[in-house]
Amino acid sequence: METRPAFLNILTWLSAALFAVACYLTLVWAPPEAVMGNVQRVFYFHVATGWVGMIGFLLAVFAGIMYLVKGDMKWDIIGLAGIEVGLVFSFLNIVTGSIWARPIWNTWWTWDPRLVTATIMELVYVAYLMLRQGIEDPERRARFGAIYAILGFVSVPLSFLSIRIWRTIHPVVVGSEDPGAQGTFDMTGDMQVAFFFSLIAFTIIGVTLLWHRIRLGRMQAFVEEKKIGMMG
Amino acid sequence: MAVIEVQGLVKRFGLKTILKGMDFRADFGEFVGLLGPNGAGKTTFLRILSSLSRPSFGQVRVAGFQLPQQAAGVRANLGVLSHQPLLYGDLTGEENLEFYGRMYAVENMPERINEVLDLVDLTNRRRDLVRTYSRGMAQRLAIARAVIHDPAILLLDEPYTGLDQDASAMLDAVLKQIAAQGRTVVMTSHDLVRTAELCTRFDVLSRGKIIASASRDEVPQDGLLAFYRRAIMAPAGGKEAGNGATLPA
Amino acid sequence: MAQPFRRKHQTSFARAMWAVARKDLSAEWRSREMFSAMLIFSLLVVFIFNFSLDLNPKTQREVTAGMLWVTFTFAGTLGLNRSMAIEKDRSCLDGLLLAPVDRSAIYFGKVIGNLIFMITVEIIVLPLFSIFYNINLFNPGLLAVVALGSVGYVVVGTLLATMTVQTRTRDVLLPILLFPVVLPVVASAVRASTFFLQGQPMDLIWPNINIIIAFDLIYIALAYMVFDFVVEE
Repeated sequence: METRPAFLNILTWLSAALFAVACYLTLVWAPPEAVMGNVQRVFYFHVATGWVGMIGFLLAVFAGIMYLVKGDMKWDIIGLAGIEVGLVFSFLNIVTGSIWARPIWNTWWTWDPRLVTATIMELVYVAYLMLRQGIEDPERRARFGAIYAILGFVSVPLSFLSIRIWRTIHPVVVGSEDPGAQGTFDMTGDMQVAFFFSLIAFTIIGVTLLWHRIRLGRMQAFVEEKKIGMMG
Repeated sequence: MAVIEVQGLVKRFGLKTILKGMDFRADFGEFVGLLGPNGAGKTTFLRILSSLSRPSFGQVRVAGFQLPQQAAGVRANLGVLSHQPLLYGDLTGEENLEFYGRMYAVENMPERINEVLDLVDLTNRRRDLVRTYSRGMAQRLAIARAVIHDPAILLLDEPYTGLDQDASAMLDAVLKQIAAQGRTVVMTSHDLVRTAELCTRFDVLSRGKIIASASRDEVPQDGLLAFYRRAIMAPAGGKEAGNGATLPA
Repeated sequence: MAQPFRRKHQTSFARAMWAVARKDLSAEWRSREMFSAMLIFSLLVVFIFNFSLDLNPKTQREVTAGMLWVTFTFAGTLGLNRSMAIEKDRSCLDGLLLAPVDRSAIYFGKVIGNLIFMITVEIIVLPLFSIFYNINLFNPGLLAVVALGSVGYVVVGTLLATMTVQTRTRDVLLPILLFPVVLPVVASAVRASTFFLQGQPMDLIWPNINIIIAFDLIYIALAYMVFDFVVEE
């Protein structure tokens, strides 16, 4: 097995540094929001984690399609990495959202389309992990995992639409205006710096974690192979 | 004429390699007995021949069709009998045959069903639910199911498992009759006595390869056990001698 | 003498599909195991709802559709599990896969069978529901929603059940995999059904029905594409 690439080492340290700077920018440096106050600071990480979670799931769907087409186990390892990283970040996304919602919407939880869709997506991919756990044969595990990753992902936008038909109170910060939304605000210049810095920092952290997880998966496969080789 | 032609067949399940570059050939009208210790890959091999499992590498031609690309062509010419009868308990014997007949697009179905029921001597039980059949009867109906479309090739995977003396004797008779109709048959079995009696050639599969092959003329009467032991314990398969000698005979 | 190798070598799609569906129907007609389990389960759910929700006539009108769909969703998994277990337990699935037919014909045959079981159960539960809760459910719009929703549910359910029977955890796993995926159908169907019962205008109902139809079509296409991968080795 090859040693850890130097670039990955650099990325790992860079991730730690970027995270520290992002914490400083969002928690100290950026001005408090006029109406919501300090709670608004959650928003920077909230969006960034949601974005990384989405990257993870999209990667998993892409890897799933590639696995079914090519049949190469490397795509299974990539897909699983995408889903595990996606699950962690989406979970952080939901939790940070909840922390923000408590003072702003006056509730930890509301049946808003975005919240429900994010949670359903989380459940789809928890189910994905349970499915994998129930299968011994690695090749079948990869096949079924790929299929379910695709099936589950396709239903997510439909879930969103089906709930969307009810009124939404979730704010849309970038882009369209929804008069029913509660807790909208405009970002000042400093806020924008903190926001985009967090976004980039979390993207790099996510990519680094994905890379680590893929390497781990490959090492795991390598060890399994050796073990079976020794048994005969 | 080669009916089954296999070259350099490799089958991997995940990281485990079951068949390691196997070569095999069965000619028209041959009845090949495939012997080998448990876990040698006999069932895997038959599943590949029957298109249920895809080869990882290698050439597999059955009835002139390439696997896995031309699987439908292979399936149309193939009958499979295993220790699982592949029958539905909540249907009668006749309904099971009708169903499989439809799946194979069999023509003149009522006549054909009469024929195969007659072959396996189940005409008087045709309207009974398969659930009520004994193991032996179910296995006989399974033979009728396997030949309903009059396949040129038959694959038998441990067909005697779980049958008592009478049922085995009956199965013997039916198999002999079917083989005499000019089919090509490949059978795996742990029953060396029956294999010696039925087969025209014996192949030994061990550690993912055919390690020995002999026609009936080359093996003396009741010399199959000796032939098999010699093959398994030969230097190439030497490591296997300990766990390989699982001889039920 | 056995005949030479066949050249014409594929049973037609429609023929194979009907053979599978017909086989399931006649086996079920004989045993009625799946049907009676689904029906009795549905009735029990209806009764449990009655004891767990103390409903006044007004709120009842609003939650009836929800109760119906919860009942169908749960009862459906019983049927789906059973239908695939029959194929797997005695390796009959191998028997199907050995036939010279398109694999997706087998899948659609199972879908048709499962859909007929599900709709039969629904046809019996709906009038009983009407009687127990004194509400008229014979609304053509509602029946259309029930039919369309059942299609989406069975299309995904049959595909996932074919996967779960091949796993260690089997029956337990099916609802866990199925429910999050099938949520858009259930949510839209509940809303459309409620609106029909309340006599709301069609332009409020259509968006919900459109989602169900979109779901049905997308998943029929997806299942057609991936079913080979579910059964191949």
